[in-house]
Amino acid sequence: MSSSISPADVADAAQLVALGMRPRQLPTRDPIYADFVRRHNEDPLFAETTAAVADGLGLTVLGCDRRTGLVVAAREGSLFEVRMEEYVRRTSARDRGERALHGLVHLATAALAFPRPDDLVDDSYVGRTSVDQIDGVVRQTCQILEERSAKLEENSDPEDGASDLERLWQIYKRRPETTRTKDGRLAPSTTRGMVSKALKFLADQGLLAQVNGEGGGTYRTTPRYQAQVRDLAADAAFNELLELGVVAVADGSGSLHVLDADEE
Amino acid sequence: MLVSERVSPNDVASIETFFDEGLERRLKSLACTGPIHDLDVRKGHLDFAGATVYAMSEIAFQIIDQVTIKMDFDHGADHDDVIAEVMPFVAAQAPDRDPDEHERITRWVLENLINVGTVDRGFRAFYGVYSPDAGYQRRAFDFKLLVELSAPDGEIYLRTSDEAINVLIGALDLDVESAQIAAEIKLENLIRRGKLSDAQAAAQQARYATVRYAEKLRRMLEATRRDVRSVDWERQVPDLIDEALTHVLGRYHAETSILDNIREARDETVEPNRKLKAATLVTIVEECLDRHTQLQARLLEAREVFRSEQDRQQFSGRPKVAAIDLFGQVLTPVLELTLSEAVEPTDAFFRAGVGLRRPSALRLRSLIQALISPVAERSEFAGELPEPHLMPLPDPDVFTDEQWTQSDALLDLHEVPRRLSGLLEEARESDPDLPTLVMLRVLHAISPGIGQALRQQDDRVLIAVDDGQELWDLQFGGADLLVGQARLSRDLADAPDTNNEEGEVA
Repeated sequence: MSSSISPADVADAAQLVALGMRPRQLPTRDPIYADFVRRHNEDPLFAETTAAVADGLGLTVLGCDRRTGLVVAAREGSLFEVRMEEYVRRTSARDRGERALHGLVHLATAALAFPRPDDLVDDSYVGRTSVDQIDGVVRQTCQILEERSAKLEENSDPEDGASDLERLWQIYKRRPETTRTKDGRLAPSTTRGMVSKALKFLADQGLLAQVNGEGGGTYRTTPRYQAQVRDLAADAAFNELLELGVVAVADGSGSLHVLDADEE
Repeated sequence: MLVSERVSPNDVASIETFFDEGLERRLKSLACTGPIHDLDVRKGHLDFAGATVYAMSEIAFQIIDQVTIKMDFDHGADHDDVIAEVMPFVAAQAPDRDPDEHERITRWVLENLINVGTVDRGFRAFYGVYSPDAGYQRRAFDFKLLVELSAPDGEIYLRTSDEAINVLIGALDLDVESAQIAAEIKLENLIRRGKLSDAQAAAQQARYATVRYAEKLRRMLEATRRDVRSVDWERQVPDLIDEALTHVLGRYHAETSILDNIREARDETVEPNRKLKAATLVTIVEECLDRHTQLQARLLEAREVFRSEQDRQQFSGRPKVAAIDLFGQVLTPVLELTLSEAVEPTDAFFRAGVGLRRPSALRLRSLIQALISPVAERSEFAGELPEPHLMPLPDPDVFTDEQWTQSDALLDLHEVPRRLSGLLEEARESDPDLPTLVMLRVLHAISPGIGQALRQQDDRVLIAVDDGQELWDLQFGGADLLVGQARLSRDLADAPDTNNEEGEVA
């Protein structure tokens, strides 16, 4: 609509980016936000300005619609990036195993919140998951992987002194699910403790919403989490896997079965 | 290592023969007993008690037994329950010691079996393997004896690990089913020969086998509840169910006949000690039977669980847009990566999936304010609770009684009807709020409730009529109504009498 950009337009674009950085704020509840979103989608120049403002801040615009608002993600090294060191907040953050487990737990959260590929694509889908479910499924998967490896007559026991060559499922499986602590809280180094931390963190970020305390804490997904996982996180992890050459690309049908039944 | 020293390095084939699977299994089995031996080695170092009198390995076995016996489908044993059960046994080892010490000893053993204090809460032992291309390699074997798990209600309970059950049963390199058969034959032999204490052990072994089936089934059902597709309900589970049902049936027949045998032995024997042992055995076998029945009930329900879960987890069609299958394409492959490979993909997902960090910027004014504001002192008690004094509710009437009386006086129009404007004027003089009340009463009088007035035995009723005159007033506008009173007669036919206006209305 507008053919040139005025400083006021830039201010508006910056305000839209600022709104996008508050995941709890939604266009459906805020007419000004809704107006910005509409403008973003109708005026290519405004959209471009918004993208430029975001870019300058070290952010990438993933999408913008009335359901999710402006979805922005931090680029690597950006001021707004959540760093694993801060997330774990323990001396063990330098421990690669600890790091990988926390990342894995986040991956499992998304995988359980959107168990089928359609769930990621279907905008109306609201996922639901709990601490019990996530820890349970990952453990079960570890079990299946162990049995698969036993079937191949591989010796899956790690070599002495080569802890880096240990498989992730072995590390997860060895971690206790829970332990009794003196004050009755979840021990942070247990797998349930890690899952619970991840879910609470995502809820604080406005990406999940707690439904109730069942199953160690049950949460539902927000459209924003869906957008974030679908448009960025899943691809990011997937591309890393491709680089490692460990993933067979799906044959276009897009659906891999959860696990082959005869593998146990 | 001794082996490799004695054999010349060139003699690869003969080295390989030393490292067979059996060796690995035996080394692992041996490792499982390590923590239990270790207890007795370390007991001398305990600072809270002279613990050398206690036989720690015995206590450890008692604890493992107690936990295993308490393991059923959903729950395991509570820490404190186990300690309470095992304490009498510990006390028997050192009756002159303090019960507090007994408890501490029991707790120490329990915690050591869990291996409290390590991140993984487990044990690790090393063993060697040999392959022609990689040579001799030392590998780590991780295992646990007691595992802490969380129950659906959030409680933490204990279960015995498979390794511990295997050590206990001693079926280190045997199939469950074959161990079962062996135990059965053994038991019958023992009873025939009258060696009852061994029979007790054999009966317990049978029970452990049932526990194992139950455990396996529990895991499958749990997986089914999560995702029907993750469990093979076409072949694997039905096979397991059939197998387990056969097991239960077999056990049921075997144990009923064993029970008959022991009962017979118990009743026939005269030696009190043997009689007692037989009686204990009867209890154990009865308990085994209970457990088999419990397993059977679960087995019968299993298919129902499958059917209802299948209904619940409706399969959907193919995805409309190709999307990544997080579970199959990302999570599972990541789990299979080695630690050094896995760091990148998990980090990438974390970075992208957790949203933004909103850095907090410090504002000097807020900081100073926060720093200089005195800390609100918190007393332990919230202070005395004031006794509430309940006041009567304020009168919700808009107009006071006095105003009502005043308006009554104004509207008591015996003789001539008056204009509304005059009434309002007069009312305003005595009370600024009064005109509103007068106005409302007059408006009400446009259509007075004649019937109601009659029922109330009133002899007159206020009435207002609009004769076209316009009202000029400070507060109100509209028609300047003519207000008068009409006398009511009991006989409606000749009701109208004084004023003409009333006559029209009535």
